Amino acid sequence: MSHRSRQLRVSSLARVEGEGALRVVVEDGRVQRAELDIYEPPRFFEAFLRGRGYTEPPDITARICGICPVAYQTSACNALEQICGVALDPPLTALRRLLYCGEWISSHSLHIHLLHLPDFLGYPDAIALAADHRELVEHGLAVKKAGNTLLELIGGRPIHPINVRVGGFYSVPGRAELAPVAEQLRRARDYAIETASRVAQFDFPKVELDHDLLAATAPDRYAIEDGTVSTSTGLDFPASEFGEHVVEEQVPHSTALHARLDGRRYLTGPLARYSLSSRRLSPLAREVAAAAGLGPECRNPFRSIVVRAVEVVYAIDEALRLIAGYEPPAHPAVSCPPRPGVGHGISEAPRGLLYHRYEIDGAGSIRAATIIPPTSQNQAAIEDDLRRVVSEHLDLDDAALTTLCERTIRNYDPCISCSAHFLELDVVRR
Amino acid sequence: MTTPTLAVWKFTSCDGCQLTLLDCEDELLTLAGRIRIAHFVEASSAVEPGPYDVSLVEGSVSTPDEQRRILEIRAQSRILVTIGACASHGGIQALRNFADMTEFASVVYASPQYISTLDTVTPIAAHVPVDYELRGCPIDRHQLLETLCALLAGREPDLPNTSVCSECKRRGNTCVMVADGIPCLGPVTQAGCGALCPSYHRGCYGCFGPMERPNIGALLPILRINGMDAVDIDRVFSTVAVAAPDFADRSRDEPSQ
Ligand code: SF4
Ligand code: SF4
Ligand code: SF4
Repeated sequence: MSHRSRQLRVSSLARVEGEGALRVVVEDGRVQRAELDIYEPPRFFEAFLRGRGYTEPPDITARICGICPVAYQTSACNALEQICGVALDPPLTALRRLLYCGEWISSHSLHIHLLHLPDFLGYPDAIALAADHRELVEHGLAVKKAGNTLLELIGGRPIHPINVRVGGFYSVPGRAELAPVAEQLRRARDYAIETASRVAQFDFPKVELDHDLLAATAPDRYAIEDGTVSTSTGLDFPASEFGEHVVEEQVPHSTALHARLDGRRYLTGPLARYSLSSRRLSPLAREVAAAAGLGPECRNPFRSIVVRAVEVVYAIDEALRLIAGYEPPAHPAVSCPPRPGVGHGISEAPRGLLYHRYEIDGAGSIRAATIIPPTSQNQAAIEDDLRRVVSEHLDLDDAALTTLCERTIRNYDPCISCSAHFLELDVVRR
Repeated sequence: MTTPTLAVWKFTSCDGCQLTLLDCEDELLTLAGRIRIAHFVEASSAVEPGPYDVSLVEGSVSTPDEQRRILEIRAQSRILVTIGACASHGGIQALRNFADMTEFASVVYASPQYISTLDTVTPIAAHVPVDYELRGCPIDRHQLLETLCALLAGREPDLPNTSVCSECKRRGNTCVMVADGIPCLGPVTQAGCGALCPSYHRGCYGCFGPMERPNIGALLPILRINGMDAVDIDRVFSTVAVAAPDFADRSRDEPSQ
């Protein structure tokens, strides 16, 4: 660059659910720091949960994120049911998983079709994309809508469902109500398979991340609504030990806390899930993954769009399997009287593992709450990736470098609302 | 005639209300043909400068920066519509208005001095005039479409100001409070959701905020009869519309017990 010291500001980093700024400091041609500065106004959920009733977190914590409310509701329920010493009847667990499939389908296709595809095809947004590729966008919207239909039917509405409670649901659908959704899902599955083969053909930069990967896993299925915690370094521990391995720390430049796994940075989300559990996908989803050129693991963040597309196929396939085997639960919920104790809950939000911990007293009042969302877990890995991207492309002019950083961040689909929104790139070259 | 422009703005919120626009899967592309989305950072990296014909504002004001930004946005917008409980009442984060902020920040952050926030969370209307208000946490998709269509056609949007009970009746629901003794805020909550919770056999928890002139004094004893104690009643009125004056000062007009 001609300037020894220069500052670059981009008014917004769009198509990321959140607000934040990226500050890169370059000294003598070397990247000294890359800080993802998250200035989403803090909302203090953990503070105001104290003193609330133990039945309230599903409704309250849903409001942390409009894109993955079911994840918040489910992790909360898992933790609170653990305290009450209650296990759901299998049909209720199946219904919870079915609802969650709806969120995966809807959230992933929002990201793929409305936020991420425009990047790969060189458009500012899906509406501009639709002007040239109408069918592509329409099919994407149809898949998204199928997910929302499931959320609406089981949850009452797609954003902040009203039908989830500790112990199960307020009311459950009958078999006949699910039949028309199955029809819609079958059509969506065809579109989703098409999408997976289409995104597989993009040109992906060759990048392999060496971070630890962390995800919920389960012996007999691709983990969604619960599981135990596994890592690529071979750890396997229950949710209750999460706090012994993962520690959050505050960094001065951000309102999002940074999490570390035994002191190291790590990654959670689609790449981690897929790499740890690809063999547990359904036969169809495995076939689609293989056809899309994925091996048993994927450590290239740019290919996360392919992994998400495969997970959409899986979630639809799984939803159809659950609907086919659906027996309406005998009761919409199991009774969960409070007892004093501590509970830990995890589930796989579309963006990665979401951990909740609650401590309640004998009357059911919450004494302490801790929530660790995927974005704060991934923060360090995203910064590391940005540091690498900027180092390798210092020859680019500011505009091109910004675009590349934006794409790098979008690969992680950060739902910054759960901690962060809105990115500004600020490169200081000295 | 030039195409009208739409801008979408985010303040302190969860993004759910603006996401509702993207959840209009069947209408999104048609709508985009009739109105130009000039500013919507969650959905597009193309950002056009103002002025804008219609601004949708999500979220509440909770930082000094937001206090300044809402004034600029108002100045750039011909019609300003607030979307959701955060924008209308402050949202769930307004619970902090009833707490000690220093203590709150220290529960979440080890070094709260880095965190810049205001002591109280306020709705958009506390800062600038608002032309229309869509209620809910989140807003209702149909109400959003109705409002945009009305504004495009130059007519007044049809937004109900009755209670959730009236929607229950229209939907033919059995009243969960009368039939099953489930406490319900429907009688004092503004309509708009289509009586969602009662349709799922659950009492309304007031996410659309208070209706116009709610008779909360008359509802409180009924909630008690249906099993809520003082703590339960405090909690149910203290969710996403906790800072709405009618909910916050609910005991004011209760006949003495
Ligand atoms: S009103 Fe509710 S849904 Fe809308 S932004 Fe606020 S918290 Fe989210
Ligand atoms: S169920 Fe609630 S909203 Fe419906 S009629 Fe009864 S009190 Fe009103
Ligand atoms: S019934 Fe009440 S709580 Fe439920 S969606 Fe409607 S306004 Fe919100």
